[in-house]
Amino acid sequence: MKYFADIGGQRFKWPSLKQLLAHATPERTGDQLAGLCASGPVERLAAQRCLADVPLKAFLDDVLQVEDDDVTALIMEQQDASAFSPIASLTVGAFRDWMLTPTTTGTDLTAIAWGVTPEMAAAVSKIMRAQDLIAVAAKIEVVTKFRSTIGLRGHLSTRNQPNHPADDSRGIALSAVDGLLMGTGDAVIGVNPATDTVPDYIRICEVLELIRTQLDIPTQHCLLGHVSTAIKAMEQNAPVDLVFQSVAGSTKANAGFGVTLPMLDEAYDAAYNLGRAPAGSNLMYFETGQGAALSADAHHDMDQQTMEVRAYAVARQYKPLLVNTVVGFIGPEYLANGKQIIRAALEDHFCGKLLGLPMGVDVCYTNHSYADQEDMDVLLTVLSAAGVSFVITVPGSDDIMLNYQTLSHHDANYIRTTLQRPPAPEFAAWMDRMGIGTPDVRIPSIENALGQLRLPN
Amino acid sequence: MNDPLTPRGAIRAITQARLNFGPPRFAADTAASLDFALDHARAREAVESELDVARLTAGLDALGLPHDIVTSSAATRDVFITRPDLGRLLPQDQADVLSRHASPDVAVVLGDGLSAVAIALNGVAFVTELHKKLSQDGLNIGPVILARQARVALGDGIALALAAKTVVMIVGERPGLSAADGLGVYITQNPSAQTPDSARNCISNVRAEGLPIHDAARQTYDLIKEMRALGCSGVALNQSRATNVLTSD
Repeated sequence: MKYFADIGGQRFKWPSLKQLLAHATPERTGDQLAGLCASGPVERLAAQRCLADVPLKAFLDDVLQVEDDDVTALIMEQQDASAFSPIASLTVGAFRDWMLTPTTTGTDLTAIAWGVTPEMAAAVSKIMRAQDLIAVAAKIEVVTKFRSTIGLRGHLSTRNQPNHPADDSRGIALSAVDGLLMGTGDAVIGVNPATDTVPDYIRICEVLELIRTQLDIPTQHCLLGHVSTAIKAMEQNAPVDLVFQSVAGSTKANAGFGVTLPMLDEAYDAAYNLGRAPAGSNLMYFETGQGAALSADAHHDMDQQTMEVRAYAVARQYKPLLVNTVVGFIGPEYLANGKQIIRAALEDHFCGKLLGLPMGVDVCYTNHSYADQEDMDVLLTVLSAAGVSFVITVPGSDDIMLNYQTLSHHDANYIRTTLQRPPAPEFAAWMDRMGIGTPDVRIPSIENALGQLRLPN
Repeated sequence: MNDPLTPRGAIRAITQARLNFGPPRFAADTAASLDFALDHARAREAVESELDVARLTAGLDALGLPHDIVTSSAATRDVFITRPDLGRLLPQDQADVLSRHASPDVAVVLGDGLSAVAIALNGVAFVTELHKKLSQDGLNIGPVILARQARVALGDGIALALAAKTVVMIVGERPGLSAADGLGVYITQNPSAQTPDSARNCISNVRAEGLPIHDAARQTYDLIKEMRALGCSGVALNQSRATNVLTSD
């Protein structure tokens, strides 16, 4: 047995790094469902102690151990030996201690991003408590840019998510305006479509483009349809700002989303060639979430959190403007309750930032989870302390298309006011110009919006 | 600001989103906050609700429909919520009991799913409508099976135990904030222990303000007829339809 730990006269053994990672993972239902978790709290701690002594170099081998997995190949290709050199001699435990040392700065952490593999990030996060995950993530500044600048220290951006169950143009516009009146949407105005046809994709892009241009908003929009639909829409010259795709941590899991790396390459090139963004902009938007690989039966016996971080290797290949983990959406069979959702969100945010991603979180839950809006209040507050790039907001926390609860536009105001987290500077200036939040607001009210905005039919 | 105002009623007809009418408030007001909490409490109550077996059996007795009861391998609501695999599995002793029934043409199961409230409100009414249509065709449904802690695939094990070729699994859908009374109807031809979801046909949002029960029962009946004629369901049924259209041209 390669990995073992002795505790109180009892020897615990794990046959592979993959199983050691799984057994060291803090408790969550998805790993229990997959039969991958520790037998109990003592074995979990034994695994964490064993993991703390594993050299980071051990993670340079193939941890997933699946032949011809293109995410594994990408991870190997990305790993930069010179970026790795400052931490090359460390164990997982010493890596944690180094990150928490006051003299280790955000610049130091940014410098190692391409030396750290997803499995290293996942491993160290498993032996970090909530405050460790917050403290280290808060040091790291990941700045991305399109029309607005996301991720500046001390700022918190929002995605305005004006979904409608029938993709009704007016319904989408009304919901978007509701958020704009409360100052949300500086990360993106992004719609999850109910349908996935090219004409609908183009129509909704045009609705969002008209709102953006008529109100002169320094932000970008996105339709979160499938990347293949986006490619077809761009061929017809649709006004596509950001290209979206859900991604996961193995070839098979990505196949479950109907996506391959060459498709993402093609989409990136198409968005770049549209030439809509200022030079040097970030053009992609990705979503991920713990449990996605297991639900596609594509986890290859790797724990759900490590699989999640592998998805970040896919994301960072395309220098995205935004990445968010849809943490509570998947349901209680993966993350049972508020505690598990909060822990998972902090892990995902930390690991994403450590790998250099502009990490946002969909602070959310479903009605069959043991969670409620108060858990979301706590999660929003701790994520803001951790320096989250953006969160998602909808009218009254109720997403009427996806049927789950996320944050409200009011919640964005709560955190901005209470922790002094203004939106992107360009957007904050626009809010001032438009008198957002004052009696002299210069964008249409809900009742005025359909009369004043010229929407496509 | 000379453009015409859109009345609030017209806006609410366009979107159910919880829009903030009037001057922006930078925190949700007390009424909106408590309304939201109440909607969530109702949804939670529906998720945690147990199948009201006494009332359902009384309803079926009144209609003269025989019935039987099973519980999946998830013994409690809590286990059911976090272990969907157990909610799909029929314990062997319960399969043995079911196998004593005469084999029906179509097995009909009322399962709690994620809202026993939905089954309590609409379950018997749906079964009544469906039974009427099927019996006019001489198809018998055998005992209506009431299934506790039931996921969709539990219907496969039930159909196998009853030796039924077709199974209609009716479950309570995951409650939204605005409604907890929606039924999902899953119809499968030749179910097996490994039926993939792609081999089922699904009719969702069956409730008074969604797809009315009468229409849902009609659609279910039509699908059953088609499945039994073509010998398959789900994606295979769609493909088989396409083939038939092509050959009939």
